[in-house]
Amino acid sequence: MKFLRRFLIRLSNFATRRSTAQRLQEEIAEHLAFQTEENMRLGMGPVEARRQAGLKFGVVQAIREDHHAEHSLPFIENLLFDLRYAVRMLLRSPGFSIIAIATMALGIGATTAIYSVIDATLLHPLPYPNPGELVRVVDDLPGVGAHGVGISVPEFRDLESSGIFQSVSITGQGANVNLTGSAQPLRLDFKQVTSKYFAVLGVDAELGRTFNANDATPGYNLEVVISDGLWRREFGADPHILGKVLRLDNDEYHVVGVMPRGFSDQGATSEERNTELWLGAGFSGLPFPAPQRGSRLSSRAVIARLKPGLSVAAAQGHLDALVESLKKQYPGDYPPQTDWTIRLIPLSETLVGSVRQSLVLLFGAVGLVLLISCVNVANLLLARASGRGREIAVRQALGAQRTRLVRQLLTESLLLFLLGGIAGCVLLVCSGHFLLRLVPESLPHLDNISINWSVLAFAVAVSVAAGAIFGLAPAWLMSRGDLVGTLGQEGRGSKGSPGRSRARQTLVISELALSLVLMVAAGLLLRSFWDLFKVQPGFNPTRVMAIQTWLPGPNDPSADIYRTATQESVLVREILRRSRTLPGVEEAAVGDVAALPLGHNQINPLPLIREGVETMDNQAPVIDGPIVSPEYFHLLGMPLEHGRLFNDQDLEDTPAVAVINQAAARTYWPGQDPLGKRVRLRLDARDLSKSGTPPWTTIIGVMADARTESLADAVIPQIYRSVYQRPAKDLAIFLRGQVDPGTISTQVRTQVQSIDPTLPVFHAQTLDEVLSSSLSVRRFSMEMVAFFATTALLLAGLGIYGTISYVVTEQRREIAIRLALGAQRGTILKMVLHRGLGLAAAGAGVGLAGALIVSHLMAGLLFGVSPTDPTTFAGVTLVLTSVALAASYIPALRAMRLDPITTLHAE
Amino acid sequence: MKERPDVLQGTLALMVLKTLDVLGAQHGWGIARRIEQISGDLLAVNQGTLYPLLLRLEHEGSIESEWGVSENKRRARFYRLTAAGRKQLQAETKDWEQTAAIIARFFNVKAEDLL
Repeated sequence: MKFLRRFLIRLSNFATRRSTAQRLQEEIAEHLAFQTEENMRLGMGPVEARRQAGLKFGVVQAIREDHHAEHSLPFIENLLFDLRYAVRMLLRSPGFSIIAIATMALGIGATTAIYSVIDATLLHPLPYPNPGELVRVVDDLPGVGAHGVGISVPEFRDLESSGIFQSVSITGQGANVNLTGSAQPLRLDFKQVTSKYFAVLGVDAELGRTFNANDATPGYNLEVVISDGLWRREFGADPHILGKVLRLDNDEYHVVGVMPRGFSDQGATSEERNTELWLGAGFSGLPFPAPQRGSRLSSRAVIARLKPGLSVAAAQGHLDALVESLKKQYPGDYPPQTDWTIRLIPLSETLVGSVRQSLVLLFGAVGLVLLISCVNVANLLLARASGRGREIAVRQALGAQRTRLVRQLLTESLLLFLLGGIAGCVLLVCSGHFLLRLVPESLPHLDNISINWSVLAFAVAVSVAAGAIFGLAPAWLMSRGDLVGTLGQEGRGSKGSPGRSRARQTLVISELALSLVLMVAAGLLLRSFWDLFKVQPGFNPTRVMAIQTWLPGPNDPSADIYRTATQESVLVREILRRSRTLPGVEEAAVGDVAALPLGHNQINPLPLIREGVETMDNQAPVIDGPIVSPEYFHLLGMPLEHGRLFNDQDLEDTPAVAVINQAAARTYWPGQDPLGKRVRLRLDARDLSKSGTPPWTTIIGVMADARTESLADAVIPQIYRSVYQRPAKDLAIFLRGQVDPGTISTQVRTQVQSIDPTLPVFHAQTLDEVLSSSLSVRRFSMEMVAFFATTALLLAGLGIYGTISYVVTEQRREIAIRLALGAQRGTILKMVLHRGLGLAAAGAGVGLAGALIVSHLMAGLLFGVSPTDPTTFAGVTLVLTSVALAASYIPALRAMRLDPITTLHAE
Repeated sequence: MKERPDVLQGTLALMVLKTLDVLGAQHGWGIARRIEQISGDLLAVNQGTLYPLLLRLEHEGSIESEWGVSENKRRARFYRLTAAGRKQLQAETKDWEQTAAIIARFFNVKAEDLL
């Protein structure tokens, strides 16, 4: 309190520039008068009395200074003085200031830009209270190589009562539903969730309520929670929305709650985060299978909130014990060879895991650019030091302390770096709109990227830290000037101190090394991207368009008009027939979303039970099972290797057949002919409710491998079935031909809705677009790193140019004398170029070592190129050396053309 | 020599407060002389150092000052203890006595007491 009061009074004195000099003056006069009188009373003569009083009082000047220091805030006064001086110095050499500020603006602006992305994704991935408690619960069967197989309802109940979690919830991974009744049938993203879902996230409804314990019905309860966005968009923010009926896939749901504005769901994809409807479900009654330990909800995720204070590791320990005891209790459900385990993953991991590596790489790259900018400015500061040597020597000669000088110089560099930081932020805010468009849409939390206070604080912190670190060294070196030497050199070309030029060379070498590292990283990424881009995908995406639709799946299967394959085939055949009549369309086919190459995030693997090998779901490996119409393979140009494809005679009442790819044949029937083998795929819930064992499916053909799941990953086993034997809800209509992407969507919608007006038609895209957007994060990081590398190269070039020019200026006397003595001009040129080459070689040497380390760290991001790719390393070294030579060439020419007479006269 | 001012920083302030408490409002020289008289030559400190200290105490709110007329009819600045200063003096006196008592006890300890 006292301290604060004192500080505030001093601050106000400082601010109002009130002075106590007058008051102290009077008090001192009084004091001395009193003491003199006293002394005279003791018998001294007036002169002696006055002298003694003065002696007793002490040094007036020192006391006056102390008094002033107490009265005001000398630290701030000095700082302001230094700042004023620094501003004057910056204004006096505007060229230097502008270059330095622009360099820092680039470095700090770029770093802040990348930081804002990281801030939104890696640092704040979960906009919920206590995000550290949130985990994802994953069931694995490592014994059969199956991961993320889904939980069974009894296991879910075990988790709920385990005491490890505050709350646990099963959730769908996001799916589509048709909202009918408005002008156009809408297809919305929804999630089926158990009643505790919002309790796990820790967010309550803004209006109404979320699900409560009463909603824990076995199957569906017909209640829906909607998002704020949907409420405003479709229902005009109707305050009486609660209790209203929504027709979703032809079922009637009652709205029970509206989520708060800004609430976004958790999930790795933007579809999931944009979920607009949440439906309560128990996952354990019709239409779901009866709750057995063997029936896993393979397409659902489990998220949970840990008990407060419980670490993920500790919780995992408890969970392992639980799993062990369950295995003992139900040995029949958990055969030992499957090695059932449950894994806890921090929820934030599961959301950003895929882009973490790319973002860390980008941050590293931009950090290097920042470092190079700092080094460059430090270099400029040192260069200026030679010009200011006299000024500093004079100040030192006049008695300035070294610490005071360093403080003054540090203030200057801090001001420079801060101005750079501010300029960078201003630049960023102005161009933010444009920059955001460069960010790929597939980046999670794209919407949350913003220049907020924490980002600005980061920018300021970086500027100050950089200014302090990179300002301190030049300030230290500058203040160490040799006083007598510098002042004595007056009138002659001042020769910089050896310490300073050594420092400058070290700086340039590190700049070159850093830019080499960046260029190698960029080169490797570029080659990976190029290889990926040129990889043979195994299917032909050109001139193919995919348009999606969604068939309603009402909760009561008997109300589903597309329940059986026979029922659905009428629709599918009609859609195909009408699509083929559209202008430009040459071929048409239908598949489910899993059949959409590279364009689906939801993998929904099915347990693959091979006849004579596995007997139950729990033991089986899982496999992707797209559902397609017979024309699909021809349309996408995927060749048959052997056997046969589906044909129009493979129908619901004929034996079930399937086509696999070579990867599946190699993986599941190694060394055997898969044709004629029989398998059973765990069939979906609606079939299980009919009871009875699903029929065997016979493999009739083997396709060539195609990279339909990911261009980078080796081919993944697939088993294709015919849409005429297996109904699918999430249909994609594939069209090949010369179609107009602008109008095709409307044309298809008209055709589809003239068959069934309740079907939505959405998301028309060409496969080329899908292909390129599947590479978008890679392209983004490659472009960014390439941009940073170019910047780095440019800065390094400037750095070497500056240093060599400086060396030439420093040695112009020597060069002039050599020329006067008859040295060849070519020799001078070579001599200077040699200097530049020496620096480049040293930089390249250090840089190559660094690049080797970095390229191994980023091996996970590379595709088809080795981290030690000699071509890249050699090429980059060559580029760097040429730039260094080019940058040294200009000062070398200047040295060569030096006129010895003028130069020596001027000295 | 070097530590002496540090020790004095706290104690000198306490002496100033006590002096003002006993004598009422005083001008700078009055305080200086009083402290000198009481402490004898033990405190060989320049009288001038009192003024920055007085300013500080004033900033802290322990004392206040105004111009007045001294006993020999001269204009002088008079310092007076405030309520807060009085409270501070009491608290610090108590602290000081406590510390002194503890130290005194340590000095009085004999070897046999510790057995």
